[in-house]
Amino acid sequence: MKTTAFIGALAAAVLGTGAASAQTLEDVNERGALNCGVNTGLVGFAAPDANGSWQGFDVALCRAVAAAVLGDPEAVEFIPTTGKTRFTALASGEIDVLSRNTTWTFSRDNDLKFEFTGINYYDGQGFIVPKALGVTSAKELDGATICVQTGTTTELNLADFFRKNNIEYEPVPIETNAEALQQYNAGACDAYTTDASGLAASRATFENPTEHVILPEIISKEPLGPLVRHGDNEWGDIVRWTLNALIAAEEYGVTSANVQDMASSPTDSPEINRLLGTEGNLGEMIGLSNDWAVNAISAGGNYGEIFARNIGEDTPIGLARGLNAQWTEGGLLYAPPFR
Amino acid sequence: MADTHAESVAYVRDGFLPERPAPARETGVVGWLRQNLFSSVPYTILTLATLWVIWQLGAAILPWLWGGVWHVDSIRACREVLEGAAGGCFAVLTERWAQLLFGFSYPSGEYWRLGVAFVLLGVCLAPVLFPDLPRRLLIATLIYPFVAYWLIWGGTPLAAVSGLAGLAGGAAAFRTVASRGALLGGIAGLAALLAIWWIGGELAAAAPGFLALPPVASRNIGGFALNMILGTVCVSLSLPFGILLALGRQSRLPIIKIACIAFIEFIRGVPLITLLFVANVVLAYFLPPGTTFDLILRVVIMITMFASAYIAEVIRGGLAALPRGQYEAADALGLDYWQAVRLVILPQALKISIPGIVNVAVGLFKDTTLVSIISMFDVVGMIRGPILASTEWNGVYWELYGFAALLFFVTCYGISQYSQWLERRLATDTR
Repeated sequence: MKTTAFIGALAAAVLGTGAASAQTLEDVNERGALNCGVNTGLVGFAAPDANGSWQGFDVALCRAVAAAVLGDPEAVEFIPTTGKTRFTALASGEIDVLSRNTTWTFSRDNDLKFEFTGINYYDGQGFIVPKALGVTSAKELDGATICVQTGTTTELNLADFFRKNNIEYEPVPIETNAEALQQYNAGACDAYTTDASGLAASRATFENPTEHVILPEIISKEPLGPLVRHGDNEWGDIVRWTLNALIAAEEYGVTSANVQDMASSPTDSPEINRLLGTEGNLGEMIGLSNDWAVNAISAGGNYGEIFARNIGEDTPIGLARGLNAQWTEGGLLYAPPFR
Repeated sequence: MADTHAESVAYVRDGFLPERPAPARETGVVGWLRQNLFSSVPYTILTLATLWVIWQLGAAILPWLWGGVWHVDSIRACREVLEGAAGGCFAVLTERWAQLLFGFSYPSGEYWRLGVAFVLLGVCLAPVLFPDLPRRLLIATLIYPFVAYWLIWGGTPLAAVSGLAGLAGGAAAFRTVASRGALLGGIAGLAALLAIWWIGGELAAAAPGFLALPPVASRNIGGFALNMILGTVCVSLSLPFGILLALGRQSRLPIIKIACIAFIEFIRGVPLITLLFVANVVLAYFLPPGTTFDLILRVVIMITMFASAYIAEVIRGGLAALPRGQYEAADALGLDYWQAVRLVILPQALKISIPGIVNVAVGLFKDTTLVSIISMFDVVGMIRGPILASTEWNGVYWELYGFAALLFFVTCYGISQYSQWLERRLATDTR
């Protein structure tokens, strides 16, 4: 992380403010394709399928932005980035938006000169235990042996959590995720802790996934979201409000199935009408056509549909909505009003 | 005397006994076993222990191979079919073989182009590799890079043709003018080269559809094909550069010598992965904004620099091993520097260097997998990224990495066997 920060800072220093030109939208229109940085491969979030077409939760956002800007969800050039190359790719202008399970932190936002345009997944550190252990809450893990990757923030979060709750545990320090899973499956530790989405994805690869549970406690904040360069607010707004449109669409019940219907003529709900462009001129204000949100929602459905298709409970990954539910259902998703 | 003998012993044989075959325990299979496997107690123990290990490995691996599942669509389906029995989930290979070989975004209708390029590589390398073949075939080797470029990247062949024509025209101009002085010849050759390239570039731009194959962008090339491209291009480029660097390091001209030493020592002092990061990340900042400098080209330059430095050191070893008399003899014959190098020094130095050069080539070929770290999808990048990150195949490790290991083993073992054959064939001094 230190290296990444350094390279990013170096990048920003070399580039200065001049290269962060305020014309990303023009560039994208001229190119006819959105350059979107994604993960080289993360289960459920970004991976090409057997036909070579990119699929996943982060990928869906790229497609929605491309649909909103260019009217075509396929007009995306996916640029795979690793944890080490992602920030330089964005800073150097190789990609227009980075949608790669990146945690929003203070230093990335300010020191690396990026702008996070929202949060599309609230992740956090969780625990996985065998069902046979009979534990239902992390607070019942008193005296447990816990596998944890060394030298990570998860190790510190773990210590904080147990100290705060005044219970004892015995850490089993382990180097890599793969090794940790092997140790856990061999019974070398009672529980394994890392990011909850990672736990779910790993559980999907177990021989008997149903014999393991992910405990409800989330002990750290890992808000993941798309980001753009500093200095082009118009472009940042487009990415931000495309994400908001997907979230709002779920709240208002606009889906990929009914969006064309609803957009064909004004409905009873003025909020939906403004979102879908049958009323007002929100599209013009953001510099896009008036049916930008219709295109974005048609691309892969609203936030709920994207979630369910890629990482939801019916997929092998089987993540519950949890914090990522709408605010009306006890989650944190809260799109500002379209007005 | 014979009489005394006859009295002291009862019987004296007066003919030879017929030869009898060696005892069964000393010949045939039994004899071989006794001599090689059970000749003493420690050897017997070692043999038994080895047999036990082989048995254990075989018992673990063979059922896994025979019991493998080849035609399902996910790891979960594999487990259902196996129901706990031992067996590999080879279905991932049957479903994703094309991605492992060609990358996930090379157009599937165009795979034949990579296949043809690969077969032609074998055909066109043969004249270089096997000195017994007619020398005229070398012309195919010279043409090959341009054909391969056209096949792999597509587009109109005019660009490749003009590239070749430019080199040929430049060489011809050099030859015609060189009799009046090497410098003049060089200028004439360069002028002809640039003129033909310029005309070719204009032609290719004017008729982009002429005999065109669908163009494929560099970032869409991946899989083992990418390893092969990087390995072949970088090894063939780094040989001439390495020779020049090695000669430069021995030069009597101080500037050339210092430049070569600085280059070699700097490159050898830096890990390859650092150079790759420079290629991927840092170069973008030094180029004017908006210029897109092909990523494969950047990586080829970096790996070539890296390999050249190592090959230069290997060849320097060969040069140093030559007896000083060889240099002096070449001078005594009145050969100038380049003649001496070409006719006397290099043929011997290169022969000594073969094992080292092959060692570098094999290592370099395997190092091409490092590009997976800078998010290029070579065969290891395909496994680590897209395939293991798909919900269908997440959790299949042995089958995928075993397949990659097999590909690399076959290639590297082939290179190694060839080099041993070449060494035997060139061993003129000990014959």
